[in-house]
Amino acid sequence: MNPMGMTMTEKILARHAGLERVVPGQLIKCRVDLVLANDITGPPAIVEFEKIGRPVFDRHKIALVPDHFTPNKDIKSAEQAKSLREFAKQHDITHYWEIGRMGIEHVLLPEEGLIAPGELIIGADSHTCTYGALGAFASGVGHTDAGAAMATGDTWFKVPTAIKVELTGKPSRWVTGKDVILTLIGMIGVEGARYQALEFTGPGVASLTMTDRFTIANMAVEAGAKNGIFPVDGATEAYLADKVKRRYAAVAADPDAEYAQTVTIDLGGLTPTVAMPHLPENVKPASELNHIAINQAVIGSCTNGRLDDLAQAASVLAGRKIHPDVRAIVIPGTQQIYAEAMARGYIATFIRAGAVVSTPTCGPCLGGYMGILAAGERAISTTNRNFRGRMGHVDSEVYLSSPAVAAASAVTGHISDPREVMK
Amino acid sequence: MILEGNVWRYGDNVDTDVIIPARYLNTADPQALAAHCMEDLDPTFAGKVRPGDIIVAGRNFGCGSSREHAPLAIKASGVTCVIADGFARIFYRNGINIGLPLVELGAAVSEIKNGDRIRIDLGGGTIENLASGKKFAIQPLPGFIQDIAKAGGLINYVKGEKA
Repeated sequence: MNPMGMTMTEKILARHAGLERVVPGQLIKCRVDLVLANDITGPPAIVEFEKIGRPVFDRHKIALVPDHFTPNKDIKSAEQAKSLREFAKQHDITHYWEIGRMGIEHVLLPEEGLIAPGELIIGADSHTCTYGALGAFASGVGHTDAGAAMATGDTWFKVPTAIKVELTGKPSRWVTGKDVILTLIGMIGVEGARYQALEFTGPGVASLTMTDRFTIANMAVEAGAKNGIFPVDGATEAYLADKVKRRYAAVAADPDAEYAQTVTIDLGGLTPTVAMPHLPENVKPASELNHIAINQAVIGSCTNGRLDDLAQAASVLAGRKIHPDVRAIVIPGTQQIYAEAMARGYIATFIRAGAVVSTPTCGPCLGGYMGILAAGERAISTTNRNFRGRMGHVDSEVYLSSPAVAAASAVTGHISDPREVMK
Repeated sequence: MILEGNVWRYGDNVDTDVIIPARYLNTADPQALAAHCMEDLDPTFAGKVRPGDIIVAGRNFGCGSSREHAPLAIKASGVTCVIADGFARIFYRNGINIGLPLVELGAAVSEIKNGDRIRIDLGGGTIENLASGKKFAIQPLPGFIQDIAKAGGLINYVKGEKA
């Protein structure tokens, strides 16, 4: 009897473990193509790395991004950023970016061509799973795992079972990757894919932009997944064309690959969707939440800080004004996106509408700075988590949405389907 | 290893943002983190937790951020073990890596209440609720994970390997 075929995830793990095949539940040691850490997880990763007493395994395969509390929000954060900077200098790390040149890690690394199909990436940040959009295996780990991998160039995994997410149909205007992933999390729950791979497939994939795919893979972890991964197609190759010069070997799932479960989503049936406090699984159509008044709208983050996201927000805000009771904060994901958004007039649109435009930072998403909520305040945000106290006071609330919904809500002052504004 | 202590009982989906809010992540010093452990879920915890206490929670404990500051804060607060119906995967990995015992008990966590005194025999694979007298079996860890635990965490394990 022939053994069952393998999923994309299994193939990438097998290749990096030097094995012909792997099966779910197997514990394997894998070579890593890139290790990531940021200004919060990097400094303790460096402490663990130094305990091992070896040099870095490859100075070109470590990425250090000061993005969470930078530009430094306080003295302690400045010390953490300094520790990252000094380590990068000391070990001559190729991929370190100073503010003014950096971006939010999961927007920046693909843009810099550091991620290619078939590669294996670990990062001391849970949203490392974003890179699965490019057909890579990418997973979040803690700072000890990252520190150890910086010395050894490898890490261990338990091979996960996979959930096949079959996408059909075409999304209508104003339906984006965010609405797809929020819908999926609403269907399977915040632990629906715990310890599992989410493998996206089906004819619907072709109608999703790379921005959509990054947003979807980014939030795989909000369903508890180890990784989220997309097939490699013409859109992926077009994205990579001017970014990745090295050779790479894309993988495809075997037709007889085994999945623990199949979930089907008709993209044509989706509407702009919002996740209500305090879990990403609490989803509802935006049009049913008109009664929810907001104090703040945040557009940006590793989930939705890409050029298409800003274009979408700008199309809603063009010629309109932010509601008098709302503070709107727009955060381009990288300096390159910021510059391009400026060239295209989006930044001028945001400023004329009465929004704040910030340098790239994770700041408000995790309640760091640059838009913290007071007790009783409510935000609509294009970020990825709406846990209690996530963006500030424990008695504040976060509603998650796409950039179009956040922009429309910023105009009306309450949660709005973009179609309410774009009549 | 035998662990005996009093239970702090929490519910489902205890996320790493409530275990240690990001506003305190401008340091990775375990004692500084412990001072704010569980703050946004239970503001009384950090002041009242005693060395040897045990956290027992529901499903998906430690979901959200990869911040290892979360298990570090719990460990530095004196908690010797976390028992849950189930754990989020990054938190589980981090717990193993820093040497904080984590026990996946499944639905039987409903048999343990806040303030109960329990005894955990990690080697023998049992948990006894001394308040009710009920006993539960623990699934053993896979061998490789036991090796990391025995080494006292991942860094010691890696140091023991050939470079």
